[in-house]
Amino acid sequence: MAKIQINGKKVNLKNTISILELVKKYKLTKKAVAIELNGKILPKAKYKQLLKDKDIIEIVHFIGGG
Amino acid sequence: MIKDYLKISNKKFKSRLIVGTGKYKNFKQTCDAISSSGAEIVTVAVRRVNILDKKKPMLSDYLSPKKYLYLPNTAGCYNSKEALRTLRLAREMGGWNLVKLEVLGDKRTLYPNMIETINSTKILVKEGFKVMVYCSDDPIQAKILEDCGASAIMPLASPIGSGLGIQNKINISLIIKKSKVPVIVDAGIGTASDATVAMELGCDGVLINSAIAMARDPTMMAKSFKHAVKAGRKSFLAGRMKKNFFGIASSPKKGLI
Repeated sequence: MAKIQINGKKVNLKNTISILELVKKYKLTKKAVAIELNGKILPKAKYKQLLKDKDIIEIVHFIGGG
Repeated sequence: MIKDYLKISNKKFKSRLIVGTGKYKNFKQTCDAISSSGAEIVTVAVRRVNILDKKKPMLSDYLSPKKYLYLPNTAGCYNSKEALRTLRLAREMGGWNLVKLEVLGDKRTLYPNMIETINSTKILVKEGFKVMVYCSDDPIQAKILEDCGASAIMPLASPIGSGLGIQNKINISLIIKKSKVPVIVDAGIGTASDATVAMELGCDGVLINSAIAMARDPTMMAKSFKHAVKAGRKSFLAGRMKKNFFGIASSPKKGLI
């Protein structure tokens, strides 16, 4: 089991999953999002990478703003 | 007829009005107002996805990124590190280089921190970004930004969201006269006539958010801004009459009865 942090929230993962699976889990596959893994931008080509314990993930998108 | 385009970096736009997408009551209102404004560029912010609510609608469900050019903005960033992080993520997400940099220096006035702004501009330009930069209405700072490779200079008219209009027309005019890149007044415009004044001074465009979103009828105000910007531009291109201290009659004296 891996304890990770997504957008500031602690999440426990029962199984080892990839970033891509995480994106699917949150229904974000068709949305324009960008992901940061442990402070570094993760290009889409690397979404198959597996998540490991203590990973810190940020998932962002565009919202209304000035 | 000569086509009059707003040219930023190597992109041409028919509309000289850029609109923000913040502060609206809901996405429907955002979409209606922006559609009425005729704008082709909309500013957007970069924020965390709400992972707790998977069905929450997103801005892109209402404003298609295929129809409007999303201009990622760093609103809310108070230092270079935060701004660079935001824009690098935005580029990863959108896949384009045109961005708006805004590094604030003070929570009360929302005035820009020009040292952090200039440093961020240099780094972003090196990384291949085309940077439109929010800045103070100081001609020297604006020139420094242009020399650093900014794609557009975006001086404030007055504090962000204040609606106070252009407070220093002389400074805005000096910036326009010294700039080779587009000058787009950003922040502080309160009503349509403020936008016309900006365009009459010779600005290449204006960026409006609060003045439309906070109007009683945002859609009608958006239309008003669309016309105000066009009127101001035409007035600038037409070349205004000379100002005279005394009255000069319009009718000839000859033939007076």
